[in-house]
Amino acid sequence: MLKLNVNGRNHQVDVEPEMPLLWVLRDHLNLPGTKYGCGEGLCGACTVHLDGKAVRSCTLPVSAAAGKRIVTIEGLSKDGLHRIQEAWIEHEVPQCGYCQPGMIMSAAVLLEKNPQPTDADIDAAMTNLCRCGTYLRVKQAIHAAASAVKAAKPAAAKKA
Amino acid sequence: MTLKVNRREFLKVSAAMGGGLMLEFCFPFVAQAAQVAQAAKAFHAAKSVVVTEVNAWVVIHPDDRVAVRIARSEMGQGTFTALAQLVAEELECDWAKVSAEFASPNEHIRRKRIWGSMSTGGSQGVRSSQDYVRKAGASARAMLLEAAALRWQVPLAECTVERGVITHAPSGRQLSYGQVAAAAAKLQPPKEVRLKDAKDWKIAGKSLHRLDIPDKVRGKPVFGVDVALPGMLHAAIAQCPVFGGKVQNMDASVAEKMRGVKKIVSEPGYVAVIADSWWRAQQALRKLKVEWDAGEYGKASDATIAAMLRAGLEAKDLPQPRKLGDVDAAFTAAAKVIEAEYQSPYLNHATMEPQTCTVWFKPDGFLEVWTSTQDGEASLLAAAEVAGLPPEKVEVHKMMLGGGFGRRGGPQDFVRQGVAIARTMPGVPVKLMWSREEDMQHGFYRPASLVRLKAALDANGKLLALHSRIACPSILAVLMPGAMKNGIDFTAVRIFSDMPYQIPHQQVDYAQRNGHVPVGFWRAPGQQNGFYRECFIDELAHAAGQDPLDYRLALLAANDKNRLVLEAAAQAAAWRSPLPAGVHRGLAVVEGFGSYAAIVAEVSVSAKGEPKVLRIVLAIDSGYVVNPDTCRAQAESNVAFGLSSMLYQQNTVKDGRIVESNFHDFPLLGMSEMPKVEVVFANTGGFWGGHGEPGILPLVPAVCNAIFAATGKRVRSLPLSRQDLRKI
Repeated sequence: MLKLNVNGRNHQVDVEPEMPLLWVLRDHLNLPGTKYGCGEGLCGACTVHLDGKAVRSCTLPVSAAAGKRIVTIEGLSKDGLHRIQEAWIEHEVPQCGYCQPGMIMSAAVLLEKNPQPTDADIDAAMTNLCRCGTYLRVKQAIHAAASAVKAAKPAAAKKA
Repeated sequence: MTLKVNRREFLKVSAAMGGGLMLEFCFPFVAQAAQVAQAAKAFHAAKSVVVTEVNAWVVIHPDDRVAVRIARSEMGQGTFTALAQLVAEELECDWAKVSAEFASPNEHIRRKRIWGSMSTGGSQGVRSSQDYVRKAGASARAMLLEAAALRWQVPLAECTVERGVITHAPSGRQLSYGQVAAAAAKLQPPKEVRLKDAKDWKIAGKSLHRLDIPDKVRGKPVFGVDVALPGMLHAAIAQCPVFGGKVQNMDASVAEKMRGVKKIVSEPGYVAVIADSWWRAQQALRKLKVEWDAGEYGKASDATIAAMLRAGLEAKDLPQPRKLGDVDAAFTAAAKVIEAEYQSPYLNHATMEPQTCTVWFKPDGFLEVWTSTQDGEASLLAAAEVAGLPPEKVEVHKMMLGGGFGRRGGPQDFVRQGVAIARTMPGVPVKLMWSREEDMQHGFYRPASLVRLKAALDANGKLLALHSRIACPSILAVLMPGAMKNGIDFTAVRIFSDMPYQIPHQQVDYAQRNGHVPVGFWRAPGQQNGFYRECFIDELAHAAGQDPLDYRLALLAANDKNRLVLEAAAQAAAWRSPLPAGVHRGLAVVEGFGSYAAIVAEVSVSAKGEPKVLRIVLAIDSGYVVNPDTCRAQAESNVAFGLSSMLYQQNTVKDGRIVESNFHDFPLLGMSEMPKVEVVFANTGGFWGGHGEPGILPLVPAVCNAIFAATGKRVRSLPLSRQDLRKI
């Protein structure tokens, strides 16, 4: 039995230690938001957070995730929508939408580390692939989410 | 018709109650006990809800919410929302209360194909159903108004409606759609309805938020691969690596003992493992020892395919999809003759979601199928055929597609396999999903083609004659043989056979050469010809010493819409203005899929020969635009899709099989490579064109023409990663 903490909930799963985390999430924990695209860590559709880092769950053995904090698209926001998801809706980012959970999870980590990324920062950090070509809007939405934080911060500071 | 809520209706009703897509609620019987209990509670609560179908497209709830049924599939192109906008526009309802849901393929069959076509391809979603869906909205509005007039016993002419509220101005009385829907449904639909003029649109023509996006952003289970049913098992598949080959021998002794494995399936062209998780099925699949009989194509290669196409170019007595004047006489009289050969490779669709299908042979003899399909009706008929059931006994739940691009329409191979595999475990739902490698190596590829172009110019460089010989596999011969005409597949010859340029002598010869690689509709089928034609025209302009824009304009009639979009793109990109050092322009214009599209591309090429596409200006005339933002997104999508193919993609053949297997050797465009995209809607009205594909038509030639401007090198073969683009 492996102990997993996913989206703040503890689970015990009886799976092979080498099973990639992706399949534990999708087929054993009924969390299908995380997607299979390539199985080789090439496309990023399977991106989740592991102790706050963006990782590709299709090549990560579940044993390497045991005891760590795993967050999936289903758990990105505890109440409603994360600001990145709001920006994604506002800018109509998804087309087919299949790669978008991975995109959003990557973007969330980028903004945690770098609250005001430049275009070049986004190019470097966002290596997720999108077949529909939503890249321009991904970039716009990341900038919009970044500005939303910037705009919110002075107000919060005043309050304090 | 007023409906008592049965289970199917419950699914829809509960979806609307949640304010989201019905798909989110398609599976009330999910694996987890708590959710099952919750679903059961909702089911009982829903039983008391009565919804009204005013007509097949319009369902109205007592609280005025409107559900619009959509027959076409949604793969990111936005039809799900655009068609709802058109219905809502004519219905005069409140957009905030509108949701969309997929029409049931089973109901479609039983109700004599009431929703028209379910096929979703050829950029047809809006343009070929706009007429009847708008009429459905207008007809429902008329019935609702009449029901209110009858209830009040007042003349119909005194009643008006705005945002779903009907008003009788003389008495000040009001009724909402929800209040009169049941009565309206009992009335006869009007014999004729008048549709609004586009200038009066309030909902259509606006960049409203797409209805499918919030669920996609939340990671809700809307895709075919997300289906989860109680007791469901997972299947992984390995098809014969050589197209047309068969299983000769299989040793399952190791695989069948592996953890979670429930069944090993062997069909003529593939083997599959059913297990309790997809990963376990896939692990066991790798341990199956299969001997394949490669059949007659085990030695096929790029070289044999190239030879097949070349032999096509040399063939005599080919069908001629176009013949004007006398090209041979024109060549004899010409001041200058220019010849060139162009070619392009096979291309996989590489949808991000691999092919998938979930099938449940239910104990009551009914077959339920969940799949990401571009044609719900075709999926249903394929499933019925394989299962040996009458179509009425089959339901297909249309899921959101993780990309389509033509892969999930015609063939339905994944549905046939899904049914054949699940049949081995009746009563148990089985979800088949292909690995990326299977998907890459068992596609229905964009045809590889080879063309020879020969032009005659007069002493002033004017184009007198164009002879195009096209050797290309036929998609129609494989997928829609009935659509072949006199040995001609129009998708293989378009853009040459429907040439807008006014050239006195023209001849197009078509050599159909199919080979063993399956071909299919790949976003904008026939677009290779746009690359060939528009790059060759650029060669001719250069040979004539003329500006490529002026050269084209001189060949286009004054009122040709190709000319209008070309001028619009040139103006928006300031074609004649100087560029920064190192930046070069190219342009192209191609019509197709009902629309006219022109692109000006700005490109730089490094000293090492690496191209960088900086800016794309697309002018498009689709007559009307139902959702401008969605159409802009489609333009961006066409740019990314076209650049991926132009820069990197090819599927090569060795020993009868496709060599490429995943995104490392079949790369997609990345974030840092995406150029700026500017869209000019140059709508002239009076016709309905598409947006899913037209934008890609002039993309590759415009960029390659810019590369010529930058380097002096003509690109006549793709992808660019195989070309030396260092400046001459």
